[in-house]
Amino acid sequence: MWEAIRQFGDTYLMWKEGPLIWASDVLILLTIAGIVAVLTYFKKWKWLWDEWLTTVDHKKIGIMYLICALLMFFRGGVDALLMRTQLALPNNHFLDAEHYDQIFTTHGTIMILFMAMPFIFALFNIAVPLQIGARDVAFPYLNAISFWLFFFGALLFNISFVFGGSPDAGWTSYPPLTELGFDKGPGENYYLVSLLISGIGTIGTGINFIATILKMRAPGMTMMKMPLFSWAVLASSIVILTVFPALNVALALLLIDRLFGAHFFTIQAGGNPMMFINLFWVWGHPEVYIVVLVAFGVYSEVVATFSRKEIFGYKSMVASLMAITIVGDLTWVHHFFTMGAGPDVNSFFAVSTMAVGIPTGVKMFNWLFTMYRGRIRLTLPMLWTLAFIVCFAFAGATGVMLAAAPADYQYHNSYFLVAHFHQALIGGVVFGMLAGMYYWWPKMFGFKLDERLGRWAFWLFNLGFYVCFVPQYALGFMGMQRRMYTYPAVFGWGPLNFISTVGAYIMGLGFLFIVAQVLYSIKYGERDVTGDIWDGRTLEWSLPSPVPHYNFAVIPYVTHRDMWWELKEQGRTQELRPRPEDIRPIHMPNNSGRPFLLGVCFFVAGLGFVFAWWLLAVLGLLGVGACLLARSFETHDEHDVPAEEIRRYEAQLGRL
Amino acid sequence: MGQREMRRRVTRVGVIAVAAALLLSGCSPQYMVLNPVGPVGKKELDLILLSTVLIMMVILPVLALLFYIVWRYRDKPGNKAPYQPRWSENKVLEVIWWGIPIVVVAILGTATVKTTYALVKPPETNVKPLTVEVVSLDWKWLFLYPDQGVATVNYCEIPTGVPVQFELTSDAPMNSFWVPQLGGQEYTMPGMAMRLWLQADKPGTYYGHGANFTGEGFAHDEFRVVAVDETKFNDWVTHVKQTAPALTKAGYAQLKRPSIMGTASYKSFPPGLFNDTVWADGGQYMPGMLNDVPGGAPKHGMQDTSSMSSRMAQEAHMSS
Repeated sequence: MWEAIRQFGDTYLMWKEGPLIWASDVLILLTIAGIVAVLTYFKKWKWLWDEWLTTVDHKKIGIMYLICALLMFFRGGVDALLMRTQLALPNNHFLDAEHYDQIFTTHGTIMILFMAMPFIFALFNIAVPLQIGARDVAFPYLNAISFWLFFFGALLFNISFVFGGSPDAGWTSYPPLTELGFDKGPGENYYLVSLLISGIGTIGTGINFIATILKMRAPGMTMMKMPLFSWAVLASSIVILTVFPALNVALALLLIDRLFGAHFFTIQAGGNPMMFINLFWVWGHPEVYIVVLVAFGVYSEVVATFSRKEIFGYKSMVASLMAITIVGDLTWVHHFFTMGAGPDVNSFFAVSTMAVGIPTGVKMFNWLFTMYRGRIRLTLPMLWTLAFIVCFAFAGATGVMLAAAPADYQYHNSYFLVAHFHQALIGGVVFGMLAGMYYWWPKMFGFKLDERLGRWAFWLFNLGFYVCFVPQYALGFMGMQRRMYTYPAVFGWGPLNFISTVGAYIMGLGFLFIVAQVLYSIKYGERDVTGDIWDGRTLEWSLPSPVPHYNFAVIPYVTHRDMWWELKEQGRTQELRPRPEDIRPIHMPNNSGRPFLLGVCFFVAGLGFVFAWWLLAVLGLLGVGACLLARSFETHDEHDVPAEEIRRYEAQLGRL
Repeated sequence: MGQREMRRRVTRVGVIAVAAALLLSGCSPQYMVLNPVGPVGKKELDLILLSTVLIMMVILPVLALLFYIVWRYRDKPGNKAPYQPRWSENKVLEVIWWGIPIVVVAILGTATVKTTYALVKPPETNVKPLTVEVVSLDWKWLFLYPDQGVATVNYCEIPTGVPVQFELTSDAPMNSFWVPQLGGQEYTMPGMAMRLWLQADKPGTYYGHGANFTGEGFAHDEFRVVAVDETKFNDWVTHVKQTAPALTKAGYAQLKRPSIMGTASYKSFPPGLFNDTVWADGGQYMPGMLNDVPGGAPKHGMQDTSSMSSRMAQEAHMSS
């Protein structure tokens, strides 16, 4: 008995690995105990289930995505600090190779798939239906499924660190390093299974928002009257739909190789590992556009609002979004110019990669000229947007430099590349997500985040960013490779690495200020009583904050691109207030616990696949099947909110 | 507001100072990529510089414009700058900024394509090239000299002024062969033979490292390229032939095991080792990988002393 427990502890709980694991175990247990205790003490279990776990309301799902994104930002950030601590000095042994390899793998995977993705989905959910005058997304039930698949995928990925071991072959997971011959442990399976599960959810979200934007716009809102953020979400969703299947196929094939001894990617038996690399980047590069296009959408809203001016060159903005969507799908090979595809292929993809810079450049100019002859208010969303323009200009510059294939032979796999994509993804995406979070926060929660603490966070994070990453460009020129867990002193890489580590800690401090800002503002933040705290331009600002669960008591008729601002200019805001006689009963989808259960079943099945515990896998999959079956026999999944209730509620809000 | 503006200015000055410091320190030899010692690295550096200049010509004015606009149109009581909330279209301006990036991409694209094609040819055509076969292993680099018959581990001796065709493969996870001061890298993959031209014009010892992550020992996957003049190179070959042990098949199997080691030299190696490795690791399934050579695909353990890859290099040399 004891022997069995000891073996379980050593094999799965990895108790031999030392303090890093023990500390994580303790932290996780304390967190779980804390959550359970708080929920029980305040008798909040029912509230949690009724209001959150079973919700199909896009606003609540958006908030859950946001919370997860911030938590994962923290986890990925801790990974980053552990890595930077290890690299601060040459020949350092703070981490050993094995742990370092696991940590850079989880850092990359978490930041892209479990931080950036839920962050953009948070903004999709929070803003799109409100912007286009809809009461929910096209498929609210699917929306909940997407969230729970993401959630349990992320959970599965995160428990790997203390249960069986994390993946350690890089977030790109190239075979043959990830094939059974070189990597036996469950870590790689965790990577494949958890990304597959959350990937299914992501495809669902892509479909959902394409349908929502194409079919659910308020009457009168033609495509060319749609706010640019919604255009950006449409572009991003189209890219999701075209490329996420490629990722899922690649992951599934590699999983089949590993679990069932197939040879899709093992060349010794006639498979082709280069195919994985192609499929991975067929998704991987457009993935950058999936996240950055959404950020572009945020910037377009923020710049117009805080310059008190119409967006400059709306048609150009739409055209450039669509151009990036199309050309962006044709630019994956620059991730492996050095794989020997030959000069013809490399030339094509070099030029197509540079070509993406053209519409991106146009957007830059249009944002600048939106501010030109405007009145610029330096609020938090606007500060992050301005910081983005500076940061992303350099990210674009280094991106074009990397696109020059022969020059890339020298940048590839070096710290120059590391610095570039962090500049693109932090300067482009993280800044955009934070701008979006600050911008729509009052709409979600009914209060504003504190400006003073936010400015501290802003300056620390920006300063830290440059201190951290500018030295990394130089390190690339000094010949330092990415993913080395340690390095010798002789090449003079030490001082710049040390500076870079200092920068990373400054960014970490900036993040702590954001946490402090949120906590402080819950109590002391400025309350949003008008629903239009920023003097906004689009429909969501015509609604009270937080928005009632049915969004619009009466669906508005849209006549202008900046509908709300236009009505304010003309003194006609009353037209967006509901009139009692116009209020009809509203059809709303029912809450359902099944999306949550479906996520649990996928999680159980996933754990089964990770360890090849087939009984568990089969049980999980049966549960998935049962959930799907139950759904297909469900006939009453909607209810009517009576007109009287809506009138009462609107009157309470002072809108009648 | 003034204080904030001040702070931003300080940050900007700081950024410029750091950038300038980096550019200046780029002259120090520690910046390997910026101090190439051969024609390949020099061509790549030319492209790096051209792209940097072109792209800075675009983004620096944009950033200047940004600071001007934010300063001029900030929302401040008494700001006399014009305010036109409905001014949102101007054909001429939009044509200009669709045009600028197109011109930049056209110029840089042309230069890129030219260099891309140039680098698949030998950097020098009137000198007989040297062929070195490279096998990346966990976690070491094996260099085979088919024409000299010698082999080394973790260091690679080459003559200066002579174009070297590196034939690359891996008998371990995929890696990448990178010697920053000679020029850019190329992946090494099991079952595939890749080619990379490099050349050193200055004698010296140059840092090389696997650039693609290969697992636990990756950080120590280092090697040196030693460039010496041709006489010294020949002396070195003779010396190795006289003093070093032979690399046997059993010895290779030993090398293949994951480990970290120093340098080693061998006076000979099993004939056809490179091709056999490629073939066994999957080259047999890769159409065109080995079959495009006169004589067809190698048989396992074939006794062909003149390596096919060196013949290929000679053909390339003659045809050019």
